[in-house]
Amino acid sequence: MPKPKLGLYWAASCGGCEIAVLDTELKVLEIADFFDIVFWPCAMDFKYDDVRALADGEITLTLFNGAIRSSENYEMAKLLRAKSTVLCAFGSCAADGCIPGLANFTSLEAITRYVYDDSPSTVNPEHVRPQPVWDVPEGTLRLPQLWNTVRTLTQVVDVDYVIPGCPPQPDQIKAVVDAVVDILKNGKPLPPKGTVLGANPRACCEECPRKRDVKKIRAFVRPHELIPDPEICLLEQGLICMGPATRGGCGAKCVKAGVPCRGCYGPPTGVHDQGAKMASAIGGVIDSTDPEEIERIIAGIPDLVGTFYRFSLPGSTLRRRQV
Amino acid sequence: MPKVNITVDGRPIEVEEGSYVLQAAEALGIDIPTLCFFKYVKPYAACRICVVEARDKRGRTRMVTACNYPASEGIEILTRTPRVMAARRLNLEMLMSRCASMPVLTALAGKLGIDQPRWGTGTDTCILCGLCVRVCDEIVGAQALGFASRGIDRFVTTPFEVDSDACILCGACAALCPTGHIRMEEAGGRDVVHSEITLGPNAAIAVPFRQAVPNAPRIDPDFCVHFRTGGCKVCAAVCPKECISHDDVERFEDLEVGTVVLATGYQDFDPTPMKQYGYGRLPNVITSMEFERMNNAAGSTGGKILMENGKEPGAIAILHCIGSRDQNAHPYCSRVCCMYALKFAHLVKEKTSAEVYQLYIDLRAFGKGYEEFFHRILEEGVNVIRGKGAEIVRGGKEYPEGTLLVRCEDTLAAKFREIPVDMVVLCTALEANHDAKDVARRFGISVGADGWFIERHPKLGPVSTTTDGVFLAGVCQSPKDIPDAVAQGSGAAAQAMSLMIRGEVEMDGAYAVIDDEVCSGCRLCNDLCPYSAIGFDETKKTSSVNPALCKACGTCAAGCPSGAIRALHFADEQIYAEIEGILS
Repeated sequence: MPKPKLGLYWAASCGGCEIAVLDTELKVLEIADFFDIVFWPCAMDFKYDDVRALADGEITLTLFNGAIRSSENYEMAKLLRAKSTVLCAFGSCAADGCIPGLANFTSLEAITRYVYDDSPSTVNPEHVRPQPVWDVPEGTLRLPQLWNTVRTLTQVVDVDYVIPGCPPQPDQIKAVVDAVVDILKNGKPLPPKGTVLGANPRACCEECPRKRDVKKIRAFVRPHELIPDPEICLLEQGLICMGPATRGGCGAKCVKAGVPCRGCYGPPTGVHDQGAKMASAIGGVIDSTDPEEIERIIAGIPDLVGTFYRFSLPGSTLRRRQV
Repeated sequence: MPKVNITVDGRPIEVEEGSYVLQAAEALGIDIPTLCFFKYVKPYAACRICVVEARDKRGRTRMVTACNYPASEGIEILTRTPRVMAARRLNLEMLMSRCASMPVLTALAGKLGIDQPRWGTGTDTCILCGLCVRVCDEIVGAQALGFASRGIDRFVTTPFEVDSDACILCGACAALCPTGHIRMEEAGGRDVVHSEITLGPNAAIAVPFRQAVPNAPRIDPDFCVHFRTGGCKVCAAVCPKECISHDDVERFEDLEVGTVVLATGYQDFDPTPMKQYGYGRLPNVITSMEFERMNNAAGSTGGKILMENGKEPGAIAILHCIGSRDQNAHPYCSRVCCMYALKFAHLVKEKTSAEVYQLYIDLRAFGKGYEEFFHRILEEGVNVIRGKGAEIVRGGKEYPEGTLLVRCEDTLAAKFREIPVDMVVLCTALEANHDAKDVARRFGISVGADGWFIERHPKLGPVSTTTDGVFLAGVCQSPKDIPDAVAQGSGAAAQAMSLMIRGEVEMDGAYAVIDDEVCSGCRLCNDLCPYSAIGFDETKKTSSVNPALCKACGTCAAGCPSGAIRALHFADEQIYAEIEGILS
């Protein structure tokens, strides 16, 4: 039997998901042994034409990380969808939009202006801008076009499974790989389409060892303003911990280290909009009935979108800000 | 202890060996005068007034003090022999040579037939019996009193003869001092104002008031000597049924009930912050509740209307709307004050010959027979002035001492008035209890801006609340008088009964459910439920909704950040489908 083929690709992402795959340590050798890796630009030398040369559905499994924010991302998403039997959104960018997705809170024009003109470290007196097409004596150069709106992989192509996390935790990757190997070797049925792999159906709180009580918040604090009590729920201490609105699976690593959950595993099962859910929940536990005091308490959260939608703006009901 | 048989004045009695013969005489109803004796401290035999003759089995007699002479088999005690009477006279004459004018001694001298003490009449007031010293040491445990000096210079004093921190101001010494040598006094000659005088029972252990339910005494630990020094417990020694325990502590008891009637009442408005009325500052300015307690036949004045100096007032002003109908306090009308103020006027007219002035904004006599009562008051000669009392000040030199001037605008006569009176009654507002919000939260009901509990419907549901099985009765819902409170209470009881008799309740199919498989136990929803329907299971570490309490408001479903709570019939999927249907 020929080896099953594996593809890995990164679109708009930081590269952390690739590092997470390597972080599986010796497992990576097992992966390389079991699969025939046909595409992994980050680690091995492949060209897009190598993928185009494959038959449709020839790649058994593609782990696609990164959001879709350029014509190149979109093209590769469509290509890999066609060539893969199973396409998996790997990591928070592909699943929910993640940090690149916060670009949806502004416009492409504003981002370009800042990067090419306004940023304090930029010197660009001629206001040079990247051009998608540029003629040089040797011929015509083309650059991919950046999009105004960042999208998730799910929003542009049909996705079979999702592995959330920023990045997905190596232990969870190992577990998913083991499950895939088991399925392929022993001919077991695939899980239903749309299943979230490598994560917990319940929220992060389930994995959090901290003691939880009824919540009443009179003031919010930011992580640098407080040395948190090691035993008590961080939310009760006034830190915005996204744990209740975030899928578990990470092992609550951040909260165990005294840092509030930032929400990277995305919304748990049954939640459509992680940020709205958390904002709604926070609104309910503010311990005051005086409108002015409530305003003051809410003013303790400096960046509402960046706090509640840090990992999920493109995938949320909001998707983007209208500018 | 073995029993022994003795006789007192020829009457046999069986007593415990070693018990004091004074107790045996007391048991037989034979009176032996005492000055320095108090049952709950060790006898000291200082005053020697209780001398008796004791005759042993061999017929030998001797003079002994009854208070500390132990009973032994076969002794005969004689309390009224000429020899005893002569000894008592002698002892009393000697005491009187030191302090003759004390009423307790002169009364005793009268009984013993002393006209003129042979060794003169001293002007001291202390007989050095030491009862105060012993009480302070043995019972109170404060040890704030002792004897100083020797012989004829001996006297009772505090340590180092200065005002001592050891004294806890319990007043036990003053209460027990047989001659009245020790008194409790206000430091610095300050005016005592009526509010500082307890108008009800004022012992540390007392039935709070005659109508209290349960009608049993309670110990006030703020005043009980035992809780301040660890001593005393005299009340426990006195109680023949051994009912009194100082070790009892507050405890919470869980009762499983099907329905709840809230009848938490109200609290009195405190007029102290309204400086213009001088409550707490001017003597004889009292609140309506204090006046009512004074009128109670079981109160401290036995139902008499008295000023602080114990005299009957010559004129009383009754000021309506103190804290009610006042934008600076409570905007609402307290509803009961007009009628009780008229009743006060009637009581004053009935009990005293004082002039009564009613100062009102509007007279609201709208109940059955109330208008007729108002006319009766007018016929009794009560002065009724339309105008709110504006200010109370002390009268100047032209008025007798203690006169208060009530200033007001008589709006019917269009005149400014200044009415000299001896006593002012402030008809204070009924005010929602300070913890009404907490109580409401506990029972899942709402409170209005004024703090009164909100009924289900102002006209159609005046007794029930938004939480099934919780009913309202009385002033906790809004100010009302006794007939209205009784009517509402009966209604609440009837509604509660009708639920309980059926034994089961019907509920709506719409309520919230928490999916155990999804709930991570973050507890964000626990305090969110306005009906307290959400509980937390400590073993499963998940929250759950009690469907019987849930009103399907959806607050928890919206607030659950994990998507674990679903409002049945209003699930996200259903609402999305509806939106899509509308938009398509």
